[in-house]
Amino acid sequence: MAASTAAARGARAPARPAGHRWHRLDRTVSPYLYLSPFFVVFGVFGLFPMLYTGYVSFTAWRADRPGSEGRWVGLENYRRLLDDPFFWNAVKNTLGIGVLATVPQLLLALGLAHLLNYRMRGRTLMRLGILLPNVTSVAAVTLIFVQLFGRDFGMVNWFLSLFGVDHVDWQAGTLSSWSAIAAIVTWRWTGYNALLYLAAMQSVPFELYEAAALDGASRWRQFRSITIPMLRPTILFTVIVSTIGALQLFGEPMLFSQQQDPTTGGSQHQFQTLALYSYNQFWGRFKYGYGAAISWAMFLLIVLVAAVNFLAARRMRGAE
Amino acid sequence: MPVPLPRTGPRGRLLACSALLVLALTAATSCSSGSGGGPSADEDPNAKITLTVNLFSDFGYADLYKEYEQAHPNVTVKENRADMGAHHQNLHAHLLAGSGTADVEAIEIGQVAGFQPEAGKFLNFLDNGVSKDQWVPSKTAPASSPDGKVLFGLGTDMGGLALCYRSDLFKAAGLPTDREAVAALMKDWPSYLAAGKQFLAASPNKDVRWFDSGGNLFSAILAQAPQGVYDAEGKVVVTTNPAVKQSFDLVAGAVRDGESAGIQAFTPAWDTGFQKSQFATVACPAWMSYEFKANPPADGGTWDIARIPGGGGNWGGSYLTVPKSGKHTKAAAELAKWLTAPEQEARLFKEKGYFPSDQALWTQPDIAEHTDPLFNNAPTGRIFSQSARDLNPQPLGAHGAEIGTALGNALTSIEQGKADPDGAWKQALKDVGNIVN
Repeated sequence: MAASTAAARGARAPARPAGHRWHRLDRTVSPYLYLSPFFVVFGVFGLFPMLYTGYVSFTAWRADRPGSEGRWVGLENYRRLLDDPFFWNAVKNTLGIGVLATVPQLLLALGLAHLLNYRMRGRTLMRLGILLPNVTSVAAVTLIFVQLFGRDFGMVNWFLSLFGVDHVDWQAGTLSSWSAIAAIVTWRWTGYNALLYLAAMQSVPFELYEAAALDGASRWRQFRSITIPMLRPTILFTVIVSTIGALQLFGEPMLFSQQQDPTTGGSQHQFQTLALYSYNQFWGRFKYGYGAAISWAMFLLIVLVAAVNFLAARRMRGAE
Repeated sequence: MPVPLPRTGPRGRLLACSALLVLALTAATSCSSGSGGGPSADEDPNAKITLTVNLFSDFGYADLYKEYEQAHPNVTVKENRADMGAHHQNLHAHLLAGSGTADVEAIEIGQVAGFQPEAGKFLNFLDNGVSKDQWVPSKTAPASSPDGKVLFGLGTDMGGLALCYRSDLFKAAGLPTDREAVAALMKDWPSYLAAGKQFLAASPNKDVRWFDSGGNLFSAILAQAPQGVYDAEGKVVVTTNPAVKQSFDLVAGAVRDGESAGIQAFTPAWDTGFQKSQFATVACPAWMSYEFKANPPADGGTWDIARIPGGGGNWGGSYLTVPKSGKHTKAAAELAKWLTAPEQEARLFKEKGYFPSDQALWTQPDIAEHTDPLFNNAPTGRIFSQSARDLNPQPLGAHGAEIGTALGNALTSIEQGKADPDGAWKQALKDVGNIVN
């Protein structure tokens, strides 16, 4: 955008000999200047830490071994990852919670967006309202959910007991803890995705629906045959972004834990995600080299999953 | 028709990870700096300064700061608190970075061994007019460099360990309620757990368990052994020290007998457990009295306090340190010395219940004869002093707190019905391996 404005301004200005060089400089340099704040901030807070973490991951550095700082061990940390059961457990938890949190969330968002697209009273208020959970902080939301999912006096268990279900110890089970955490994520992000879908829905030409209605297509048929295909790029975007978010899940499982050390993710690591395990090793155990290696493995996993998502989506489009 | 995609993603979830990276960055860039003496040497002693104090819980200092500020008009004290884990992690990171530490930083006793390798980054109190004799050796040794030439932490409070019990629930279950009789009935841990079985069988209220959590009970029991999870050479001895497995098995058995309420300490559920009378006994150090005060039983029941089964014990207690990277090390040392001086320590015990680690105080009449209305006017001064005197000082190690957590987690998994004692023990050993290696 900056580039096109600059170009437009350059084209409009009459060629004055004195200012000519300045104009050219302006045209070539200013777009970069406009962009530079982002790249400077990204470089300092994004790229450098990432590269440095990469470097640390090749060292044996840990706080309880004096002199280990900067000792190069090559790929040793990564080799250890391969037969670290805690790492693979964290991968499993991350993917499991990811699926539980992402799939219902996006389906729910799609349905909500469809409903919000109807004409109704107080529509703006509703549209704003579904974004509210997203505005509240992870910590506040999670602390409340911890109370809701309490074993002895939690509201969820009280509700389930009305149907004769015994008290569930949500932190104890693998599936129960995954579900509870997925519920927190879903609560926070459904509205956000629904608004994205809603924006996309509003750009679908109304004539298509009109024509379909004339041909006798039902509402459901219209949704399936018009709305969904027209939304495909947005769906792709939300799938990728939600997947990346799910793979980096950290705050929710950390605060959901009721153990003395919240970074262990439950008494038997039932819900220790990759980010949590990395934090646990890096800042909890001060194994800097190993923790950094987990971070990088996590990054590579995210790239891999995002790439698979992207390719799958592209093939989907190609098949159209 | 393509939909324009927004350019931003869900930032919140990215934040945690980028925070990690940023921390890694700060940790990395400046580790070569630091360890200078700080500018305090040529500072004007009357210049206006603000001293920052970083704590991990309420140390009860608010009134003391006011008094100190009145006596030192140029000093303003500002306290910050973080939760326990975060506080110590931050301190490690800031020491590593060589900047970002407060003028005075607290360290908990379970964490202090991890700071020994960094003793050189703290002010040595032995060079600043402090004598080790103020405390028992078991208090000063963990906050000293291995050669004993540096003392980097001034002892504040210590736990002591006693047994808090609900005398009304005891009465209802036909158990003795008198302190001496309770202590006599539960001389050691097996007889304590046997009394628990008796309680569960006879108590009319079937929702009450014997104790709050297996992990807590385990640390109380293991604390009485001559050796815990570390030996004197600093080696981890979880598998070779028989006391560890014995304590574990004892608690695991009690958990299987349904004696544990399975509620993790220091969680909201624990507070609720106090209010709703979910357990009849708690192994309680002196500083825990805030919890009893804040969460009185909703049924109007009363807590009393007796000698801990097995004799002595300690749980928790802290130190004040002055990192060299602070801005006003000299003034900070003065403040830390004043806060841990006997007069202030005595006051904190009488007003707030924090039991002093200062050994001369234990025999001082106003401490030794102190009684606490919170516990039915029990002689808490005498009980905690006795417990502190009977304590076996154990060798501590860098990962003591984490290893304790791993063993506690294993007991939790039994409470949750997720593992049998054997499986839980194996899981704990794997966790310990992951901490040490």
